[in-house]
Amino acid sequence: MTSQAASRPNAGGGLAQALRDGYILMWRNLKRIPRIPELAIFAVLQSIMFVLLFAFVFGGAIPIAGGNYREYLMPGIFAQTIIFASATVSVGMAADMSQGIIDRFRSLPMARSAVLTGRTMAEVVYQGGILIVLMLSGLAVGWGVHTGIVEFLAGVALLLLFAFAMAWVGVWLGLSVPTVEVAQQVGFTVLFPITFISNVFVPVQTLPDFLRPVAEWNPTSTLTAATRLLWGNPTAADPRLPAATGFPAEQPILLTLIWVVVILAIFVPLAVRKYRSVSR
Amino acid sequence: MDAITAEGLVKIYRTRKNEVRALDGIDLTVGEGTVLGLLGPNGAGKTTTVRILATLLKPDAGRATVAGFDVVRQAQQLRSVIGLSGQYAAVDENLTGRENLWMFGRLYQLSSADAKQRAGELLEQFDLSDAADRVVKTYSGGMRRRLDLGSALIGRPKLMFLDEPTTGLDPRSRLGMWEVIRGLVRDGATLLLTTQYLEEADELADTIAVVDRGKIIARGTSDELKSQVGGERIEVVVRRKEDISRAGEILARQDSTNPQVHSEEHTRRLSIATNGGANRLMQLMRDLAEAEIEIDDIGLHRPTLDDVFLSLTGHVADGPKPDAEAVSHAAAAARSEKPA
Repeated sequence: MTSQAASRPNAGGGLAQALRDGYILMWRNLKRIPRIPELAIFAVLQSIMFVLLFAFVFGGAIPIAGGNYREYLMPGIFAQTIIFASATVSVGMAADMSQGIIDRFRSLPMARSAVLTGRTMAEVVYQGGILIVLMLSGLAVGWGVHTGIVEFLAGVALLLLFAFAMAWVGVWLGLSVPTVEVAQQVGFTVLFPITFISNVFVPVQTLPDFLRPVAEWNPTSTLTAATRLLWGNPTAADPRLPAATGFPAEQPILLTLIWVVVILAIFVPLAVRKYRSVSR
Repeated sequence: MDAITAEGLVKIYRTRKNEVRALDGIDLTVGEGTVLGLLGPNGAGKTTTVRILATLLKPDAGRATVAGFDVVRQAQQLRSVIGLSGQYAAVDENLTGRENLWMFGRLYQLSSADAKQRAGELLEQFDLSDAADRVVKTYSGGMRRRLDLGSALIGRPKLMFLDEPTTGLDPRSRLGMWEVIRGLVRDGATLLLTTQYLEEADELADTIAVVDRGKIIARGTSDELKSQVGGERIEVVVRRKEDISRAGEILARQDSTNPQVHSEEHTRRLSIATNGGANRLMQLMRDLAEAEIEIDDIGLHRPTLDDVFLSLTGHVADGPKPDAEAVSHAAAAARSEKPA
C-alpha cells in the first residue's frame, strides 16, 4: 500500500482493453464448466434424449424424401441445442446479478462490456464443445456429412454464429428477470414453441396453414435448413406433400445470416443498456 | 488533502407505492491516511453511502470526490485507485482462491505476472496459502471474507471501502479481521469502514460518524462521542435501602469532575459517570467494603450503540443488538444484568 510504482494500473482502455477484459471473463465462465460438470452433462443428455425420442419413437411416422429420418433430424437437433443456449446464458447471468461479484466487477477499472462479452464468448466455446459430442452421437445413429470439409466448417460456423446471437438474447433476459428461477421459467416457456414450430422434427408442410409461415421464417428453421443444405442432409419433405417455396426455402443460409444480424442489432444494445441501468 | 469529500449526498429509492430517502444529505470528509468509521443500524444509509463513493450508484443530489476524482464524472479513473470489500463476499465460488485473485488483478489492469505474484503475496498475508488452490465453495465464512478483502487489495489501492467487514463473523474470525485491518492502517491506508458495532468503530477508526435515517447525526473521535453519550458509568446495587445515601457520598468522591450521582430508591441502584475505568471500580469496591456497605452487584457499564442512539436521537437503533459485551462485571457472583 506504500509502493506507488506498483499501484499504477496499466493505462490503455478502448478496444484492446475491452477485448482483454472480455477474454478474462470468458476464461472465468469457462473455468466453472469442469467445476460443475453436471451442467454440461445434462445439456448433452437432453439433446441426446431428443435424438433418441424422435429417431426411434416418431421417426417411423414422419415422411421424409430420400428416406433417412435421422439424417433429417440431426441438423435440427444441433439448431435446437444452439437455441436453447440462450436459456443457460440467462440463468448464468441472473445468477451473477444476484451475487455480490457483479459489484466487484463494477468497482474495478475494467471495460464495462467485458461482463457481457465474456459471457457470450464463453457460451460460443461451450456450445462448440457440446456440438462435438452431439455430432459423435449423430454419427452413431447414422447421420453423416455428405459434402466437403469447407461446407462442413461453414455449417459449424453458422451454428456458432447463431449461438453467439442467442447468447445475447440470454444476457438481456438474464438481466431483465428478478431471480434465477424466473430466468429458467421464461427461457423454457419461450424456447419450446420456438424450436417446435419449426422444421426441426417435421417438415413444415405438415403444419396447419396458419402456422406454416411462422415455421418457415422461424430462425430455428432457417438455421436447420441451412445446415441440411450445407451438409447434404435431406431437406425436402415427402414428394407427396406440396414443395416448400418462397424465400426461406430458397435462401436459408442468407436468411440465417440476416437473422443473426437482426438479433444482434436488437439485443446487444438492449443488453448493454440494461446492464448500465442495473441498480443505478 | 482530503482523500474523500462528500457534500449533500441524496439518494432516493422509488418503489411503486412510495419513495425512500436512503440518504438525506450526507456530508463527510476523510483525511489521507486516516480511518473513518461510519456507524449506524441496518438501513441507516451506510451501504448506500459506500456504494455511491465506490461508483456503484449515482447520487440523486450532492457531489463527492474520492482521491480527487469526481464519483460521477471520473468514475473510471477513480476505480483504479480504490478497493472495495462488501458485506457479502464478492468472489467467484467456482474458482479457487488463487484464480479469483489473479482474475481481479488482471481486471485491475495488472499484468498477468504481477497479478500472479500479488495473488501469492495476498494468500500468504491472509493465511490462505493452504487453501489457495481449493474452490472457494469449500471455504468457511471467515476465509471467504478474508479472500474478499484480499481481492479488494489486489491493486494496492490508496483508498479502501470496507462495508461491514465483520458482520456475520464469529468472534474469533472477527478478531482476526480486526488484526488484518489494523495492519492496513499501519501501512498508511485511507479507510472508510462501516459498522453496526460501536466497539468495532472504537477499535479501528480515528473518527466516527454516526448515521441514522440517511443523515449524519454526530461525528467525532470515539472519546468525544462517548463523552456526549456520557461515557463509562459505574453502577452499584446496594443490598439495604438505608445504605443508598451513604453509598452515594462515597460514589461522589470518586470523580471530582462530575460528582452527579444518579440513584433509584426502589431498585437500590446508583450510578455515576467515570473515566477511571477498572482502577476506579477497584477503589470504589474497597471504599464500600471499608464503610461496611453490602452490595448485590457492581459493574462498569460501557456505552453501546443503543446508548449512543438513545442519547443522540431519543430512539433505539432498529438493527440487531450489538453482541459486544455491554456490561463487564467486577463482582464475581454478579447476577446477569441487561443494560438500560
